[in-house]
Amino acid sequence: MSVHASWYLTLAALLFTIGAVGLLVRRNVLVMFMCIELMLNAANLTFVTFARALNDIGGQVAVFFVLVVAAAEVVVGLGIIVAIFRRKVGATADDAHLLKG
Amino acid sequence: MIGSAHLAGVVGARLVAASGITIPHIDYTAILPELILLGGMLLLLAAAALSPRPLPTEAYATATVGLATASLVTSLVLWRDVTDRGPLTTVAHSIDVDGFALFFLVTISCILVVAPMLGAGYLRRERISGPEYYVLALISGSGAMFMASANDLVLVFLGLEILSIPLYVLAGLDHRREASGEAAMKYFVLGAFSSAIFVYGIALTYGATGSTNLAEIGAFLARNVVTSDGVLIGGLGLLLVGFAFKVAAVPFHMWTPDVYQGAPTPATGFMAAMAKAGGFAALLRVFVSTFPSLRSSWQPVVFVLAALTLLVGAVVAVVQSDVKRMLSYSSINHAGFVLLGLQAATARGVAGSLYYVFTYGLVVLGSFAVVSLVGGSGEDRHDLARFRGLGRRQPVIATAFAVLLLAQAGAPFTTGFFAKLYVVEAAAAAHSYLLAAIAMGSAAIAAFFYLRVVFLMFSDAGAAAPAGEGATARAVEAARPAGIEPAGAAGGSWVPEPSGAVATMVAPVTRSAAADARSVSSGVVALDVSGEPPVATSPWILAGLGICVAVTVVFGVWPQPLVEFAHQATLLF
Repeated sequence: MSVHASWYLTLAALLFTIGAVGLLVRRNVLVMFMCIELMLNAANLTFVTFARALNDIGGQVAVFFVLVVAAAEVVVGLGIIVAIFRRKVGATADDAHLLKG
Repeated sequence: MIGSAHLAGVVGARLVAASGITIPHIDYTAILPELILLGGMLLLLAAAALSPRPLPTEAYATATVGLATASLVTSLVLWRDVTDRGPLTTVAHSIDVDGFALFFLVTISCILVVAPMLGAGYLRRERISGPEYYVLALISGSGAMFMASANDLVLVFLGLEILSIPLYVLAGLDHRREASGEAAMKYFVLGAFSSAIFVYGIALTYGATGSTNLAEIGAFLARNVVTSDGVLIGGLGLLLVGFAFKVAAVPFHMWTPDVYQGAPTPATGFMAAMAKAGGFAALLRVFVSTFPSLRSSWQPVVFVLAALTLLVGAVVAVVQSDVKRMLSYSSINHAGFVLLGLQAATARGVAGSLYYVFTYGLVVLGSFAVVSLVGGSGEDRHDLARFRGLGRRQPVIATAFAVLLLAQAGAPFTTGFFAKLYVVEAAAAAHSYLLAAIAMGSAAIAAFFYLRVVFLMFSDAGAAAPAGEGATARAVEAARPAGIEPAGAAGGSWVPEPSGAVATMVAPVTRSAAADARSVSSGVVALDVSGEPPVATSPWILAGLGICVAVTVVFGVWPQPLVEFAHQATLLF
């Protein structure tokens, strides 16, 4: 039994949209972080689906690169978040309001 | 230890042989500039970790300048090879070192030569010790270089991340200042958001064309006529959004003013120069050389992006009272000019964009360096008023800043003039008359806020100030366009006018205004007391500023070599 590729693509598009909307709507920095991961993994799912459909290894290799980069990004991002919110109670984006204009 | 490594190598080779994967050949000379930066960066980190006492920041700066110079020389040698023997392609066609890439390699190396000079004094003053600033700058530079020579969308993405992740950290380098951390977080969240959009764009493009390699995508599109492929157009759109975030094009510019304002000032200058160099390198290559057949789809979108970027950047900068914020909006305005060359999508347009990115990089680095000097310890003096009378207190710094600002405004005898001229000319040649007109209009608006700063700096210097002849001449020059600006004259094309009359008309007014402000603010009428702390300069920053100003003026008076370079870079495309 096989599921048609378009279902995977639709799921990926849906996940990507949830991630993008979540990032714009949610105020907790850690949740925003997870939303970015969701978007990246939606892209990964798209890559794998197309790689299967095209019978090409390139898309699957791209996923590895994206995974590694996402891991590196998380390391830096969490470091920044910890550095900022060490002196604060909660990790809310609205607390960071020094810069505006 | 060695035995087991050898065994692992043998097993690895057997596995590879069994699976039938061919390891791509790597031409190390083709990626030597990047390797120099990355290898040097590792050595710097090792030296910092192993040295018994903390090394002075100047030692790291010297090493970084040396590495960047080595990379610059290598790029120029590669340029000679490439002009003789054609582009080098390596690592399974994912890296393409052609003239276009080498132009950006040279640009990025120049930025890396100057940036440590301009940063060292600041880091010492703010007591940020350690090699982090230099190490992060080197990594970021190598990422921008990979973006410039990438011939594969996956490598473009990797380069983008190698460029961006160090920049997030650089923005938050000054962990004592809360604004710096906030800038880092904002940059990180929006940068990661744009990266995710970019990756999704790559995935869709891959699905529609069957490859991530730019050459193969180009060949596919040349063979097949795409009539109505939503996936490809969607992927292209997402790629454009991802790039637009990176180069800060309106409406994807929201992060720019906050991040530029909050980051340590030398880091701001560096990220303004480097992110734009890397971003535009990949943007131009992907869109102009890979997707020319879809030009009718992306050109109108770029038109809107460029028009908005030009106008919003210029108009919003006018109302800023914080110089750092003003310069960040002005950098948005500059991005609009570079987009002009992309929108034209001709060799001429791309050459104009290349010239613009090169000149802009050094000018913006120097400008932010002056802001870092005037900002003083703790970075709390960035409002416009702090620049009043700088021409008398620090004639050398003020003159350098005046030249850099005039270059940004597009004054003749600076590189800024030719940069603006070439992209506007290219837009007009490509029949984008409306966009060319918008660009001229935005240049006129932008001239106002650049010249306002120049004018403020020399406003109480007067005609007979002890600031030296050069500074006075600049003040007169500054007064001239400021005088005609309210009349709505096109700042893009100055009409040489007898300056004496306007200058005499404006000078007394400002002198009295300055005196008023002084007597109100400090209650002291004597003009010698400035009330501002002295600006602490160092030989390093003077040398760095000297390079920026020299390049701006020399290539402004004699632009031919650089123009030739840019044109040849696009010929070898």
